[in-house]
Amino acid sequence: MSPVTPTRVNDFTIKIGTVNGTGSASANTLLMKSLFRSGIPVMGKNYFPSNIQGLPTWYEIRVTRDGHVARSGAVDIMVAMNAETYARDVKEVTPGGYLVYDSTWPRPALLKREDITVVGVPLARLCNENFNGVRTRILMKNICYTGVLAALLDLDVARIRELLAETYAKKPQLVDSNMKAIQLGYDYTRANFTCPLPLHVEKMDSTGGHIMIDGNTAAALGCLFAGATVAAWYPITPSTSLMDAFKMFGDRMRVDATGRKNFAFIQAEDELAAIGMVIGAMWNGARAFTATSGPGISLMNEFLGLAYYAEIPAVVFDIQRVGPSTGMPTRTQQCDLMECAYASHGDTRHVCLYPANPEECFYMAVQAFDLAERLQTPVMVLSDLDIGMNDWMCPDLKWDDSYRPDRGKVLSKEEILKLEKFYRFIDKDGDGITARTLPGVHPRAAYFARGSGHSQYGAYTEDSAEYQQVLDRLLKKWATARKLMPRAVIDATAGASCGIVSLGSCDGAIREALEVLRARDMGVDYMRVRAFPFGEEVEKFLAAHEVLFVVEQNRDAQLRALLTLETAVDKAKLRSLLHYSGLPISSSFIVEGVLAELQPLPEIEAQGAARG
Amino acid sequence: MTFIAKPKVAHPSLPKNALGFTRRDYEGALSTLCAGCGHDSITAAIVEASWGLGIEPQNMVKLSGIGCSSKTTAYFVSGGHGFNSVHGRMPSIAMGANAANRALSYIGVSGDGDTLSIGLGQFCHAIRRNLNMLYIIENNGVYGLTKGQFSASADLGTKAKKGETNFQPPIDAVLLALTLGASFVARSFSGDKEQLVPLIQAGLKHQGFALIDVLSPCVTFNDHEGSTKSYAYTREHYEPAVHADFVPPEREISVDYQAGETVPVVMHDGSRILLRKLDAAYDSTNRSTAAAHIQERMKAGEYLTGLLFIEESQRDFHDINGTPDAPLNSLPFETLSPGSQGLEKVLSRYR
Repeated sequence: MSPVTPTRVNDFTIKIGTVNGTGSASANTLLMKSLFRSGIPVMGKNYFPSNIQGLPTWYEIRVTRDGHVARSGAVDIMVAMNAETYARDVKEVTPGGYLVYDSTWPRPALLKREDITVVGVPLARLCNENFNGVRTRILMKNICYTGVLAALLDLDVARIRELLAETYAKKPQLVDSNMKAIQLGYDYTRANFTCPLPLHVEKMDSTGGHIMIDGNTAAALGCLFAGATVAAWYPITPSTSLMDAFKMFGDRMRVDATGRKNFAFIQAEDELAAIGMVIGAMWNGARAFTATSGPGISLMNEFLGLAYYAEIPAVVFDIQRVGPSTGMPTRTQQCDLMECAYASHGDTRHVCLYPANPEECFYMAVQAFDLAERLQTPVMVLSDLDIGMNDWMCPDLKWDDSYRPDRGKVLSKEEILKLEKFYRFIDKDGDGITARTLPGVHPRAAYFARGSGHSQYGAYTEDSAEYQQVLDRLLKKWATARKLMPRAVIDATAGASCGIVSLGSCDGAIREALEVLRARDMGVDYMRVRAFPFGEEVEKFLAAHEVLFVVEQNRDAQLRALLTLETAVDKAKLRSLLHYSGLPISSSFIVEGVLAELQPLPEIEAQGAARG
Repeated sequence: MTFIAKPKVAHPSLPKNALGFTRRDYEGALSTLCAGCGHDSITAAIVEASWGLGIEPQNMVKLSGIGCSSKTTAYFVSGGHGFNSVHGRMPSIAMGANAANRALSYIGVSGDGDTLSIGLGQFCHAIRRNLNMLYIIENNGVYGLTKGQFSASADLGTKAKKGETNFQPPIDAVLLALTLGASFVARSFSGDKEQLVPLIQAGLKHQGFALIDVLSPCVTFNDHEGSTKSYAYTREHYEPAVHADFVPPEREISVDYQAGETVPVVMHDGSRILLRKLDAAYDSTNRSTAAAHIQERMKAGEYLTGLLFIEESQRDFHDINGTPDAPLNSLPFETLSPGSQGLEKVLSRYR
């Protein structure tokens, strides 16, 4: 007996559980792209293990006609391909949902849920009968479920063939074998089940002017377009694909007529060396960057302090993953907020940017170089695994051809020649930013960069007054930085006394949650901070609301801590909604969290959504 | 380490190099190291070598880490930018700076603590990349600034000033560099300016990583009886294997050596190093026999010195990376950014 599911077009979530290293990634990409090409907004999240082959992996596809970019928290269709996780995968299906499984081996004991519909397709048997070779059979079994879903959801099979033809343009025989597997699943499902399901897709026209891209690729593009020429790094999940992408783009678009590369790509021996190389290169006038994750930032602390105090630009991408320590390298969190803001010993504070999606990764990458050179200090871009490694639907990236890099106060030879003598740290403009010079330009402009105590003349000092003068001027520079940061995005249409404060990849889930809350006549405003130091607008928003939910993806409420340390906000107004499971935050989590505070208990139970 | 500028009063009779500069133009701030410190002799040798080579002062980039040795980059070529970085991490700063602008001369000054303990990893990897720089270790076997602890280059059985004996085997920078594939490996003594100056010149001209390990006695913490890096001990156990002369490209070399005695090595810019063997069994171009010979003499308690190994044919970092001859930091933005049309092409992959 199966429950009756009401018809829902282009609005449901599919989750696919497989074993990593079995080719499921291609099947999932195929599904995502075929939906996107049919004009249907779609979200994809990959939950993968820190492993090469043989461990469980899941892929979540949200078909979302309204263009939501976060998890809903529900699983309407589960494709359970992994025997090892079968039991928990079955449990996770939202009541009224569907379970697709490989019925080559019937599993009656595990199917004791009467509130879901089970679709058994003998995928292994079909593939074993039609393909040769163990490896091929395993790979084709995963392609085969694409055919099953195509039948159940009414996907456009011609569109799938077109995508396969693009992917395997150089290996046409693979198009045929993949199509054969898809057709097997498709035909069997059509013959044995009522197709399509009440949950299915219909063509739309809502993806024009959009791309599907991950944040690491977008950030790498930003570095390329910003004119970065030195890239140094040490491999670490989930940042590696940013560097891979930069190299790929560089090899294609940064090669001169003689085949020489207009960029240096250096795989460092560790993160300490990687940041040292970036600092050395930017000190010497090149735009340089590194990408890492939390453990790498830990190692870079000493050098970040040097760059802060010696006033050397640097650009660091921190693709945050679950900590502490090694943590869960392939799961997402926003757990490096404090680490990055105050990296290194002594009085240090660093400029941080908080992109919310791949689109912002692109623009903020460019901005990071401008800010680093303008402020002569490290700038950290705090992305995370969810933004960095998942494909997001984003508006087309745009490039303004009139853009020219802001190289900051770097004296030219002509400017140097006009000077009687050059002193590195004298604040002539009153903004706390002093002019610097580059090696090789003129002997009169030579200075000594150092992390030891120095006077405004750039000379070594152990004199208290001289030391303090420089330290105080750095504060003045910090005040200038505050004015240059990207403003917080504020949605105060509700004019409410209650607000949500958040940052980064929480954005999609919050915007969806706001729709739900507002539909229930609950006025909630929203501010997404985009940079540290916080600007005036942040202070104003905090002051203007009586209750503030601080939504973030870590255990220790790091954004809340930063707000209490760096703004005048009354601590008592701040309520934390903390999501730190390692999975991206869902809209239902936020709705439930807000309702729990603002409404009596029975209302919450009525929500009924799976909390994920 | 106070910053005292030396008065720049040049007597008209001071000799000038090809650029019209006197030796004073290659000096820096006054040293604040202990009187008699071996490091100051090395500084003087660097001044002499740079003046002799006729490097434009602003084209010299001076890099260091932390320690007594690392302070010395302030004491020479004040017209060149300096970077006193963090302990043991100078090679990465040098790598980044060199990546940004390959046209300048990079000289790194480090110590045995800075290189062989905290900085051992970065030192090794700079060698592997054949980073084009001259790397000088001012090696005294002791931590001076923290008052006399053994360093990783302290010899077995050497005695500290306070009386303890070292029982851990030393890391020898020269043997290590040879093992790692270094393309220029030399050892010298701070007190031997005649040997050191041409080595520094050759090292600066070498296209790739040039290591000079300079034994440099610490007069305060490692110049007592029982120390194997004291002046007395070093002088007694110091054995030049090869004498190197550096000859700039514009000088006629035929008069400088007699065939059969001296082996000339041609550098990338046409200059030459003339290697005069003092030890008939020594071959500076054979990595394995060089290493074996150095080890053999070490067993006898002797420091073999000179240009111990050279291989001019190795590819340096930029050669391997495929970067253009023009420094990366000089490339105009227009050649770096693909523009809106370039972006449109890229985006088609993501539709």
